[in-house]
Amino acid sequence: MSTITHVETTNGKKLRDGMIKSRKTRVGDVIIALFIFITMLLCLLPMVHVLACSLSSADALVRNDVFLWPKGWNIEAYKTVLTTQKYVWSLEWTAILTVACTLLSITLTVCCAYPLIYENLRGGKFINFIILFTMYFSAGTIPNYILLNNLGFLNTPWCMILPNCISVFNVIIMRSFFFGVPDSLREAAEIDGAGPIRVLIKVYLPLSLPVIATLSLFYAVGRWNGFSDALMYLKSSKAEKYYPIQLMLYNVIKNSTQTTEQVAQEGFFDNGVSKTIQMATVMFATVPILVVYPWLQRYFVTGVTIGAVKG
Amino acid sequence: MYLSLRIVPHSLLFVWTTMFPEYPPERKMNLDRAEKGPANKALSARSRMPWNIYMRRYGTLYLLLILPIVFFVLFRYTPMAYILLAFKKNNILKAPWLVDWAKNSGFEWFLKAFKDKTFIAALKNTVFLNLLDLIIGMPMPIIMALFLNELAYPKFKRVAQTILYLPHFLSWVIISSITLRLFATNDGLINKLLGTSIPFVGTEGNWRATYIFLGIWKECGWNTIIYLAALTGINPELYEAAEVDGATRLQKIWHVTLPGIRSTIIILLIMNLGHILGSEFDRPFTLSNPLVVGASKTISIFVYERGIKGTQFSLSTAVGLFQSVVCVIFLLASNALAKRFGERGVW
Repeated sequence: MSTITHVETTNGKKLRDGMIKSRKTRVGDVIIALFIFITMLLCLLPMVHVLACSLSSADALVRNDVFLWPKGWNIEAYKTVLTTQKYVWSLEWTAILTVACTLLSITLTVCCAYPLIYENLRGGKFINFIILFTMYFSAGTIPNYILLNNLGFLNTPWCMILPNCISVFNVIIMRSFFFGVPDSLREAAEIDGAGPIRVLIKVYLPLSLPVIATLSLFYAVGRWNGFSDALMYLKSSKAEKYYPIQLMLYNVIKNSTQTTEQVAQEGFFDNGVSKTIQMATVMFATVPILVVYPWLQRYFVTGVTIGAVKG
Repeated sequence: MYLSLRIVPHSLLFVWTTMFPEYPPERKMNLDRAEKGPANKALSARSRMPWNIYMRRYGTLYLLLILPIVFFVLFRYTPMAYILLAFKKNNILKAPWLVDWAKNSGFEWFLKAFKDKTFIAALKNTVFLNLLDLIIGMPMPIIMALFLNELAYPKFKRVAQTILYLPHFLSWVIISSITLRLFATNDGLINKLLGTSIPFVGTEGNWRATYIFLGIWKECGWNTIIYLAALTGINPELYEAAEVDGATRLQKIWHVTLPGIRSTIIILLIMNLGHILGSEFDRPFTLSNPLVVGASKTISIFVYERGIKGTQFSLSTAVGLFQSVVCVIFLLASNALAKRFGERGVW
């Protein structure tokens, strides 16, 4: 049970009891609800617009008629995207990359966070410091680039997988969550003769599924939306097959820009046909995440608040 | 955000600080126990455990740590050795410690950077955009969280939260492709609806406003999580007491809610001040267009253009080092300042 919902229910109860409520607050409630409703529309409408554009005919887009409802319904744009080798491969590749990165990242995060909860781990404080220090000071873009160059990772998929596979913040969240697991459980398992690994698998991992789901989402979103590392590290034309969807989309948009005036006047798109296709590509690049996060949201809000209660 | 760890995902940081105001609670408990009863003996006996037995029992923990430590050493600490390049001649074919020192006792690149008008402009842009973000962008999630907290309809609240988190999950590439379409001067949708032709992304001033607005649009809802989590920590009895005293809604917000999340606000303020010179890459890079380069070129873009595209590695390493050092100094200073005023600070 998340604490956020807890507060909601207490608020709800207060309202139902009718003890504290006055007419004044009811007006306030409506104003607040209205404000939040408008903000919601602000968040949602751009995506609805993109959806409408992707389902419209090319003519309607050229006339700029489309607002929130498609004009000249058709799914040609989606068909085109799904039959264009370049787009399909880019989507597949990004999906593969995202899954691989998430699995690797979450495994390493658990491996990194779990030993640190042992208070008698020798050298634990030092390791802790090593990890936390990188949060406040990093070498910078160019040293990282030179390192990848020297390791021979430039223009290979590794440059998008390895350099960011552990996030210190996620390690801290994971560790905090592990701390929240009662020590007595661990001690009980240890008395039964379980070693640290067994304790991890049998006690800690089953109890921390919410936080694992949450952090997996964070890692997956980071990789799926990641763009600058690919831009910087995939430079040769041979590496084009490794372009993730975001970089490919960026290039498509940038290439369709022709002159400076056109940028100012027409946005980044040159003609109607490619506009619908670009909108369809945008849908493909966002929908996977937009479909997943509301389901995991329950977990991550719960994860956060369980931690807060335990702390 | 994904690339540069300097850009702190505030929400995550906060999750940590709320969960563990006093780090780590379990360990503290053990120490208490150690001071008192017989558990003391067991604990100290444990720490005097001979190495061979200790390793047999806990050695696997180090096995788990091998890969993460290799990661941190290789990808976080080895690059720090390459910082040396900032003081050396521009040559990445040899290891930086074998290259000759740069002129002006090694500080040539720093001097060069500060004489470079492009860099000074990038520096100004970075600070200006970050300050705007801080002043305009930071209060927004607080206000939003207060509104969400006051919202009386639980089901609506849950749906609202889901929708408000949505923009956070869009990448800047996507956002720029949508907004440049919506905000275009002549046939952008917004101008069409309003019947005007405002150059939202066409002039430098307007571009800055759009940049800030989009930043708020993307992260405002997401950052409310931080404050909502902090709000759950407020003792409900305080509200009841305030009600008994006849406090209005606004008075309750002012006297109970805001003091309740004050330390959270301070921590985020410290982190934001610490990153006043830090710069995102994706956001200005994707939103930029040729008309507004004067406003949109930040340090991160400068480093990308000079270093990775222009192969002036020493110069851009020097710039990056300057940025990192200033970040650390600001972070330490704002943290010290917060502590001076009796707040908890980041550490």
